[in-house]
Amino acid sequence: MKVSVITFPGSNCDHDAYEVFRSRGHIARMIWHKDHDLQNPDLVILPGGFSYGDYLRCGALARFSPIMNEVIAFAEKSGFVIGICNGFQILTEAGLLPGALMRNSGINFICKHQMLRVESSNSPFTKGLKPGSLLDTPIAHKEGNYYIDSEGLKALQDQDQILFRYCDAQGNLSPEANPNGSLDNIAGIVNKGRNVLGMMPHPERSATESVYSQDGSQIFEAIESFFDGRY
Amino acid sequence: MLKAKIFVELKPSVLDPQGKAVTNSLHNLGFEDVSQTRIGKYIEIVFDSSDHEAVSAEVTKICDSLLANPNTETYRFELVETKS
Repeated sequence: MKVSVITFPGSNCDHDAYEVFRSRGHIARMIWHKDHDLQNPDLVILPGGFSYGDYLRCGALARFSPIMNEVIAFAEKSGFVIGICNGFQILTEAGLLPGALMRNSGINFICKHQMLRVESSNSPFTKGLKPGSLLDTPIAHKEGNYYIDSEGLKALQDQDQILFRYCDAQGNLSPEANPNGSLDNIAGIVNKGRNVLGMMPHPERSATESVYSQDGSQIFEAIESFFDGRY
Repeated sequence: MLKAKIFVELKPSVLDPQGKAVTNSLHNLGFEDVSQTRIGKYIEIVFDSSDHEAVSAEVTKICDSLLANPNTETYRFELVETKS
C-alpha cells in the first residue's frame, strides 16, 4: 500500500503516522503542505498537531494550504483519506466531512486514554471489526467536541456514518464516558462515499509494541484487509 | 480607505463552554445578575479602497470563505472611513 502523510506547519503526529505504515511494510511518504503532488497514493493521512497554531479556528488555515487542492480532488475521485485529530478538523473545514469540532465542553485540553466503541464495520477503515468491540486509544485535544445540526446528525445516524463512539470500559455510551461533549458520543465519522474518515482519537499512537496500548493497530489491519481484497 | 469591523458569533443553537465558564467566574466575583455570556471574535480589516459597495461584497466573500464557519457561526460587519 502507498501512503502519503501530509505535513502542515505545526503538524506533530506526522512522523507517528509515517512510522506506523512504514513499520507495517507499506511505502510511506512525507508530503510537505506546499507541494502539489500527492505521489499517487492509495491512502492520504492528514495527521494530528496544531497546524498554523490553530489560529482563527482549528484547521481553518490549513484547509487553504496548496496541497489541499490535490487532497480534495483525490477524495472527490473516491481516493481514501484519513484525518486524525487536527486532520479531522481540517477535513470538516475543507467540507470533506460534515459538522465541526468545537471547544471541549470542559474547556481544558484533554490528554488521556479513552475507550472507543466500533459502531460499524461497513467502511474500508473498520472492515472486519466487530460492531460493539472496544478499542483503547489516546486522545489529545482541546477542540474535539463534535457538533452538527439535528438534520445532519440524523443523516449520519441513518446512513451508518458514525464509525466510533466514546464509551466506558464496559462499552456503555454514558455522558460520563464522553470526554469532550461530542454530540451522540461521536469520536469518528465517514463521509457518504465512505472513503473519507475523520477521528479525534489517535490509532497511530496505539499501534506499536513500545506504547501502552496496541488497539489502534486493529484499524490499520482493517485497512490492510480492505486493500488486500481490492487488488 | 475603508475599515471593516467584523463580528463573528456562535449560532444561538451552539453551546459556548467558554462563555459558560466566564458566567461562572462572574458569579464568583459577585455579579450575580449575569444570566448568560457568549464569546465571539472581533476582526478589523483595512482596505485600500473607498468604494463601499465593492468592499462590502469583498468582505462578504472573505467571511464566507474563511473568517466564519457556516456550520457553527454567523457574522455581521460595518464599514467605516479610516486614514490608516
